Amino acid sequence: MPSNGSVSDAPITQFINCRILKEHTLQREDLWVRDGRILDPEKLFFDEQGYADRQLDCGGAILAPGFIDVQLNGGYGVDFSTPSEDPGAGVAFVAKKILEHGVTSFCPTLVTSPPSVYHKVLPEVKVQSGGVHGAGVLGVHLEGPFISLEKKGAHPEQFLRTFGGSGGVNPLLEVYGGLDNVSMVTLAPELAGSQSVVEELSQRGVTVSLGHSVANLSQAEEAVQQGASFITHLFNAMLPFHHRDPGIVGLLTSNRIPAGRSVFYGMIADGIHTNPAALRIAHRAHPAGLVLVTDAIMAMGLPPGRHTLGQQVIEIQGLHAYVAGCSVPEALEAASLHPAQLLGISHQKGSLEYGCDADLVLMDDQMVLEATYISGVEVWRK
Amino acid sequence: MKLIILEQYDQVSEWAAKYVRNKILLFNPGPERYFTLGLPTGGTPLGCYKKLIEFYKNGEVSFQYVKTFNMDEYVGLPRDHPESYHSFMWNNFFKYIDIRAENVHILDGNAADLPSECQAFEKKIQDAGGIELFVGGIGPDGHIAFNEPGSSLVSRTRVKTLAMDTIQANARFFDGDLSKVPTMALTVGVGTVMEAKEVMILITGGHKAFALYKAIEEGVNHMWTVSAFQQHPQTLFVCDEDATLELRVKTVKYFKGMMHVHNKLVDPLPGSLKKN
Repeated sequence: MPSNGSVSDAPITQFINCRILKEHTLQREDLWVRDGRILDPEKLFFDEQGYADRQLDCGGAILAPGFIDVQLNGGYGVDFSTPSEDPGAGVAFVAKKILEHGVTSFCPTLVTSPPSVYHKVLPEVKVQSGGVHGAGVLGVHLEGPFISLEKKGAHPEQFLRTFGGSGGVNPLLEVYGGLDNVSMVTLAPELAGSQSVVEELSQRGVTVSLGHSVANLSQAEEAVQQGASFITHLFNAMLPFHHRDPGIVGLLTSNRIPAGRSVFYGMIADGIHTNPAALRIAHRAHPAGLVLVTDAIMAMGLPPGRHTLGQQVIEIQGLHAYVAGCSVPEALEAASLHPAQLLGISHQKGSLEYGCDADLVLMDDQMVLEATYISGVEVWRK
Repeated sequence: MKLIILEQYDQVSEWAAKYVRNKILLFNPGPERYFTLGLPTGGTPLGCYKKLIEFYKNGEVSFQYVKTFNMDEYVGLPRDHPESYHSFMWNNFFKYIDIRAENVHILDGNAADLPSECQAFEKKIQDAGGIELFVGGIGPDGHIAFNEPGSSLVSRTRVKTLAMDTIQANARFFDGDLSKVPTMALTVGVGTVMEAKEVMILITGGHKAFALYKAIEEGVNHMWTVSAFQQHPQTLFVCDEDATLELRVKTVKYFKGMMHVHNKLVDPLPGSLKKN
């Protein structure tokens, strides 16, 4: 309502006086929402003779798709990889808090852990829609334990694993206890037996990411041909770019990526993990593949805004357009559209196209968040 | 007729929009009496629509009690095709104003029975009490709506096959590919528009100059269907300097000399008649 009811009687909200991210630019257009999805107003007008029940004045603000964080290890005192009595409650707690940062969907991430941890935690972390209770859980990101010893980073050495000789995902099923609710696995493709693992994971619809690895470019390209499509925190925990063997970094400009497929790469754009100049090189080489991640840890929980860490000034927002040197629409897409494309859900999330879920963020020109919406419902306001 | 000659496209758009605004305000529409407006599509009226949207946003005019009737629509083009006239009207006008969908009438080029659709449209106009003001444009071949050269000057709403001239003129909206342009359209007839109380034709650009000359300085002729409006009691032609390039100097001077009178038609109305 109001309409002739030929399609739906549900109330229609019209966001007016806003600039929406559409077709890779910010356009002065209204955004229409009904039943938690973005509505085509032209169809509403001509087919249903409908109009909005209410109008929300955005005061000229930017209206963008809600952010999707595919690498989040915990926050606010919760560590997803440390089992508690109620892992589900820990995830739910973080899910609620990250609404303040405009994150409307995320992949809780587990770092390298012993099988007992996976067996305990994974069954408790279920894929679920977001809402007033918190950001949606898209699935778990399992970062490890099938990673390289030399590039373990902060992962515990004693729990690193190899694939063994059997081939296929059996070693993973043993370690993880199952692949339900898993949306992504980060592994090192140079480990023997990785090809069949990558292939089978991809066939099962699990995104395969390369990371914590000493793979050379050939090994990385082979993994991509088997189905790998992501690079976990580019530059960190991998061999540095070398002009005679660019390693995993070379995937950004590789000409051996299968047609119709794209390689995405996660960047922690806090100015610390990656020098801004390196971030810019990656972005210029392959702008369409940039995915902004927080890789946030338990200690995250500082309020949004600027903070000083020694000589560095960081934005705790999950978006660092100024550090990256890219435009606002590009930065917004790196935090929403690209992760959605990576996970194969861009027909539903990460975009303001008609029919997509109305997960939105409202922000000013300085990208300071004003409000967060999930399925068209306001779930946080400044 | 009144021939309003303004310097450029923008002035034409503004003058025309002000005229429409004033006509609506003077009519003082309400829930029991709607102002019926005939509307065109194409490049010429775009500026006028932008101005009308501005007037709506300023609170100068409302379209709540306005009924619109568009002149034409392509046959066989999906309604949500970006080049359909439904899309044009939505994107360039309706989505910005307070008009209700049930008061908008555009011919359905995908109707199962096209002649019936045309007849139904004529009936809708009749039921609405006729059209107060029909705004239109002119093609380079002097057509009004899709009443191509040779169309009967007493024609009614019907299916028309488009002339090559028109298809070529429209190709620019279809990536310059002639094969993509629809070949048929539903259109109001010359007779349909002649029945409106008042007709306002917008003409801008040198490429329309010859058509304007044929329309107002030569005889009434079905090869230049806009010429039919020489026999309408209330016609306004609003054009820019370039469109007058084929007219006699005498004609142009005569009507320019009347501008101080004609401009009164677009003066802001006294406060008591203004709407919010």
